[in-house]
Amino acid sequence: MTGIEAVTPRATEWTTGTIITKEQPTPDQVRLRLHVEDRQRHDPGQHYVVRLRAPDDYTAQRSYSVASDGEDPLLELLVERLPDGEVSGHLADVAEVGDVLEVRGPIGRWFRWDARTPAVCLVGGTGVVPAVAMLRTARRLGRTDLLRVAAVGRSPEHLPYAAELARAGALVAYTRHDAGDRPAGPPRPDELAPLAEGAEVAFICGSPRFVALATPLLIGAGVDPTTIRVEQFGATG
Amino acid sequence: MPVTRGFFRKRDEGPAGRLPPGQYDTGSSWPVLTAEAAPDLAPADWRISVDGLVEAPSTWTWDEAHALPGSTYTGDIHCVTTWSKFDMTFRGVSVDDLLTAARPRPEARFVLAHSSTGYTTNLPLDDVTGGKAWVVWEVDGKPLSREHGGPARLLVPHLYFWKSAKWVSRLELLAEDQQGFWERNGYHDRGDPWREQRYQGDA
Ligand SMILES: Cc1cc2nc3c(=O)[nH]c(=O)nc-3n(C[C@H](O)[C@H](O)[C@H](O)COP(=O)(O)OP(=O)(O)OC[C@H]3O[C@@H](n4cnc5c(N)ncnc54)[C@H](O)[C@@H]3O)c2cc1C
Repeated sequence: MTGIEAVTPRATEWTTGTIITKEQPTPDQVRLRLHVEDRQRHDPGQHYVVRLRAPDDYTAQRSYSVASDGEDPLLELLVERLPDGEVSGHLADVAEVGDVLEVRGPIGRWFRWDARTPAVCLVGGTGVVPAVAMLRTARRLGRTDLLRVAAVGRSPEHLPYAAELARAGALVAYTRHDAGDRPAGPPRPDELAPLAEGAEVAFICGSPRFVALATPLLIGAGVDPTTIRVEQFGATG
Repeated sequence: MPVTRGFFRKRDEGPAGRLPPGQYDTGSSWPVLTAEAAPDLAPADWRISVDGLVEAPSTWTWDEAHALPGSTYTGDIHCVTTWSKFDMTFRGVSVDDLLTAARPRPEARFVLAHSSTGYTTNLPLDDVTGGKAWVVWEVDGKPLSREHGGPARLLVPHLYFWKSAKWVSRLELLAEDQQGFWERNGYHDRGDPWREQRYQGDA
C-alpha cells in the first residue's frame, strides 16, 4: 500500500489525538505532533478539525491543515496563535504533551494534491502548511519535479517552516525583509512565471488578504484561472 | 468524549437560542471562504435560469430580475467553518417567485444550484420553497461584493452557507438528489446547522 490512489474515503468520525510533541518555533507558532486513534490516511492539502470541550460541555472546533506526509506515524499541525483566539490560544498556551484532544479528519477532497499532476503552490504565512505536506509527499515519492512552491511571509519569524521550504527548493519571498540578494517585496511575475510553467493545478492558501493578492499574481504568471484551488484561513480584516 | 484539560468557555454564546451548536459569533467581520478564483461578472452579463423538470424553463436578465417583486431576508447566517453572523439584511427575489413562473413538474424533488464558475450545490426542493430561499444582490443596503458572490448569489439561510451558492446562474430541478461540489468533496447533503450536519456521515 503506497499509492495515494489506494485511499477509499469513508465518512470521517470523531476520534482522539494525543499530543506527543509540542514545540514553539516562534512565540506565535506552535507545532503539535499527535498520535491519532484509528487514523485514516490523508492526502497532502487536507485538514483536520480539532474540538475542545469544557467541563460544562461547551465545545469549540476549528480546522487545521495537516503538515505531515501521509506515511508519517504522527499527525503534524502548525497553529498560529491569534490574539484572543479561543482555540489557537489554548493550543499555544495551555495544551501540553500527553493531553488528549478530540479530532476528526481528514477533511476536504478538493484542496489536495494527487502527487501525479504538475502543480504550483502560492502560499502565505500559516497558509504554507498544506504546501509543506505536499513537498514532504513529493520527496517521499521521488517526484519533487512535479511540485513548485512559492512561499510568502512578512519576515522569517512570520513564515512557518521557512528553512524547510528553502531547503526543498521553494521560492521564499519576504515582503518586509531582505534575504540574501533578494530585496524585500512580494513575488515578482518574473520569479513566478517559471514556477507556473506546465502546472495543471494551482493551489493558493493563506489569509483572505493574501488570496486576493495571490490570485491575480498567478494568473499574471500564466496560470489558467479555472485550475486554481483556494483555501482561506481566518476572518477578513 | 474527553473534557479537554484546562479548557473553559471563553466567549459568551451571544443572543440566547440563536447560536447553533459548535458555532461562534463572528461579530462585525464577515469571513470570505471560496474554493475558486472569484469571477469578474458584470450585472449586464448575469442571468438566472430555472430549468430541468419544469413546465416553463425561464431565464431572467439583471433588469428582468430586478423588475420582479422584491423580497428581503433579515436574520442570521451560519458557516460550516463555525462562524455565525447575526442580523444581516439581504435583498433580492424569493426563489418561490422564480419557481412559480417556471412551474415545477410534480416529480421534481431536488434542486441543483449552479454558479457561473461551475460550482454546484444540491438542495431538497422543500428547502428552497415556502419563503426559505432567495436570489440576492444587496446586503445591508449595499450591492453584494464580488468576493461574497456578487453580482448575485443564492441565499438559503437556514442551512450552512456553502448551500448559498455565490455567483448563482441556474437552478436545475431534478427528481433524484445529485451531489454538488462540496458534497462530493466530503460535506453533508443537507447541512442543517441546528443538527450539526457538517460532513458526510453526520446524522
Ligand atoms: C481549511 C482550514 C485550514 C486551516 N488551517 C490552519 C492551519 O494550518 N494553521 C492555523 O493556524 N490556522 C488554520 N486555520 C484557521 C483556524 O481554523 C482558526 O480559524 C484559527 O486558529 C483561529 O481560531 P481561534 O479559535 O484561535 O480564534 P477565534 O476565537 O476564532 O478568533 C479569531 C479572531 O477573531 C477574533 N474574535 C473572535 N471572536 C471575537 C469576538 N466575539 N469579539 C472580538 N473578537 C473576536 C479573535 O480576537 C481572533 O483574533 C484553518 C482554517 C481552515 C478553514
